[in-house]
Amino acid sequence: MTTIWEVFRQERRGQPFQHAGSVQAPDERFAEAYAREQYGRRGESQALWVVPRDSILRIEEFVDELNRNYHRVDGYPLKEKLKEARERAGTSRAAAGDR
Amino acid sequence: MQARAELLLEIADDELILGWRDSEWTGVAPLLEEDVAFSSIAQNEIGHARALYELAARDLGTSADELAFDRRPEEYRCSELVDRRLPEWERTIARHVLYERADAERLERLKASEDDEVAGLAAKIDREEAYHRLHAEMWHERLKEEPRYRAALEELRPLVDRRDGHSPDLTALWEEMTSVRRSQPAGTTW
Repeated sequence: MTTIWEVFRQERRGQPFQHAGSVQAPDERFAEAYAREQYGRRGESQALWVVPRDSILRIEEFVDELNRNYHRVDGYPLKEKLKEARERAGTSRAAAGDR
Repeated sequence: MQARAELLLEIADDELILGWRDSEWTGVAPLLEEDVAFSSIAQNEIGHARALYELAARDLGTSADELAFDRRPEEYRCSELVDRRLPEWERTIARHVLYERADAERLERLKASEDDEVAGLAAKIDREEAYHRLHAEMWHERLKEEPRYRAALEELRPLVDRRDGHSPDLTALWEEMTSVRRSQPAGTTW
């Protein structure tokens, strides 16, 4: 019975681990060997995290029935507001370029 | 021939021929992941052979390529364990386990050598062989109760230290391995 193991790779010490891909292996020892071969043998990784896919808690539905867009950054059309503010202050892009 | 060159050639031939044999699984290993891992091991073995041939070539005033590919099949000093073509996975793994165990002992002896070049190269090779051993032992754990695997271990064990001849398999491999080089027209260089 084989398991899918997700592999996360850290490129340099101190950097965050990022998803690199997955390997299929029957147990932890095989998973280590295969992950080393596929994601570590060219010196491209400082460290690896190898996690059985079933151990990952997957969350994918984000309900927003009341459309509370003020919780999100896209609730604020910043571009328009900035443009208006610049015009009021007389420092629009064109004006700044003339200086 | 000098004793050091003889020893280096013996190990280099083991690694070259085993690397070639292991590479025969590329594209046809039992699992895709294993295909990648085993092909990588094959490539490492050939890399070790190259380093060993280079050192021997310096002693003998020749080149690594000439040592690897321009000798007659009967001149190769490799063990009979590696010259066999083993198209069954359990026999391939049995050879892998027997070879890695014997090679580990050999590398330990070489690392303790008073010859700094030999000891240094052995230490470098051993760092890669550590992963080969991990790979071999994990397969051994997995297959050790399988009758076919146990039979393969018993069948191949006596070949580990046999170096006084070769099986006809080596001649066939040699034909294939050196055919491109032997096809080079006289007076040309690659």
